[in-house]
Amino acid sequence: MREFRIFVQKEFFHIFRDRWTTLILLVLPVLMIILFGFGITTEIKNTKFAIYDTVKDEATRGITNKLETSEYFTFERYLQSPDEIEKLFREGQIGFVVVFGDERIQLIADGTDPNTASTLSNYATVLINSYMQEQSSELRATTAARGIITESRLLYNPTLKSAYNIVPGIMGMILMLICALMTSVSIAREKELGTMEVLLVSPMKPLLIILSKLVPYFTISIINYITILLLSVYILKVPIAGSLVLLTGLSLLFIFVSLMLGTLISTMVERQIIALLISGMVLMMPAVFLSGLMFPIESMPKVLQWISHILPVKWFIIAVRNVMIKGLGFDSIIREVAILSGMGLVILMASIKKFKYRLE
Amino acid sequence: MKVIEVENLTKRFGSFTAVDNISFSVERGEIFGFLGANGAGKTTAMRMLCGLLKPTSGKGVVAGYDINRQSEKIKASIGYMSQKFALYEDLKVWENIRLYAGIYGVPEAEAKERTEVLLEELGFKEERETFVKSLPLGWRQKLAFSVSIFHNPGIVFLDEPTGGVDPITRRQFWEMIYKASERGITIFVTTHYMDEAEYCDRVSIMVDGRIDALDTPRALKREFSASSMDEVFRKLARKATKNGL
Repeated sequence: MREFRIFVQKEFFHIFRDRWTTLILLVLPVLMIILFGFGITTEIKNTKFAIYDTVKDEATRGITNKLETSEYFTFERYLQSPDEIEKLFREGQIGFVVVFGDERIQLIADGTDPNTASTLSNYATVLINSYMQEQSSELRATTAARGIITESRLLYNPTLKSAYNIVPGIMGMILMLICALMTSVSIAREKELGTMEVLLVSPMKPLLIILSKLVPYFTISIINYITILLLSVYILKVPIAGSLVLLTGLSLLFIFVSLMLGTLISTMVERQIIALLISGMVLMMPAVFLSGLMFPIESMPKVLQWISHILPVKWFIIAVRNVMIKGLGFDSIIREVAILSGMGLVILMASIKKFKYRLE
Repeated sequence: MKVIEVENLTKRFGSFTAVDNISFSVERGEIFGFLGANGAGKTTAMRMLCGLLKPTSGKGVVAGYDINRQSEKIKASIGYMSQKFALYEDLKVWENIRLYAGIYGVPEAEAKERTEVLLEELGFKEERETFVKSLPLGWRQKLAFSVSIFHNPGIVFLDEPTGGVDPITRRQFWEMIYKASERGITIFVTTHYMDEAEYCDRVSIMVDGRIDALDTPRALKREFSASSMDEVFRKLARKATKNGL
């Protein structure tokens, strides 16, 4: 036990004596939550918009006023002709145009940034609809007769909806980063420096060597898990709708799977940079793109959807959404828990086998 | 008394024979030089002796334990210093000592006491709290050696311990090796510095997985009518190339 204690302590020294490692492990998660939580998901505010009004009646003035008084839009000016629209967009003077025609209202946004564009037209639609709700039925009848139909071509885009959807994704990414990436790099480091060989020649059991490498990253994952929850509840105002115990159990399971992944990677490589690349390319990139964190899995090609099934982080994110955001119970995540447990066991067996093979 | 005894030891990786049927023995307290060109099979042979690799065939006893069945016991009774630098650069001098003492099960109180003695002997008293990364290479190598014999092993395996070290430090390093051997620790050392081969009690030279020569440096020089170990080595290597063709 004493060798284990000293060894774990040594791992903590490695972490905290290296400024970058410490930063990555403790500051990066906080930064990620804040950046993703605020920078990306917060509503787009004070977009300058212009109006091209060919009708100029009470309703169009009312809608203009409604948009202007909302926090999302700032009125820039009236346009004299439709030719101005493209010019203003190109010069970057405005971000949104509303055209009141005889037949309908047209919302025009800058499609080079599709996310912002769809969010803006979404806001405008909601504002226009609510304006019409507020009006007397008489006015509603006239406007309806004129056919105010707002068209929107919105893509389902979870990251833009709210911080609610980002928290589970960030949690998955951070736990994966710390457990899989940092663990694999730290074991590969010992191999690269030649200290692993010295340890293997020592009477210390290989399993104990690996285990003591995992302890610090496990501890730090727990700290980060708590930090993420605190930040999301108190800063991003995303409450934990379901059971905290269930959420914690689920996260522990995912941490276990990620630690095993990190170990497996480190048994396959001899150098830190390779461990970093494999973890980065094989784990992190697909985790970001295929896990449903950035893009909806439903709209991906079938092949990619299949690939996404083998990513542990995908199942973790689904389960966290169910428990943390939707407030569902254990029944709702039985499938995810079963898949994650299965993955964890398979990876554990594979890394033990691989590790033994090295010694033969 | 023999502390290493090896008979017909062979290691194959697929169709490649890295170590080909070698037999030799090493006496207690002996300084045994294990020479050979890169790829001759030195490291593989040494790893089998340390309990890191299982032999394909053959027998061997190290420190009284069978290399086929008791590798865990062997690991506890040997010391090992690797060709690559083996200490942790981001740990302080005393932390490195404590780590290895802990791994080898030296009792805590004893380890503390002996650490002070060791630092005194090495003239490292001032460097107790120094991070290993800020020590000069020669000092690190000396410290690594001291750490590898801290638990008083019967045998210490040194894998090219003086690589990249200046001649003066190498000389000092060898004085430490002599001292350890006087204490009864058997030294099993690989090196590619031929002048160091002269310091060994006996030397074996591996060529293509076999031990082609094994004797005292003086006897080897006589046998090959050479004036230095370097010449002996070159003559053997030339023979190997011819056989290879």
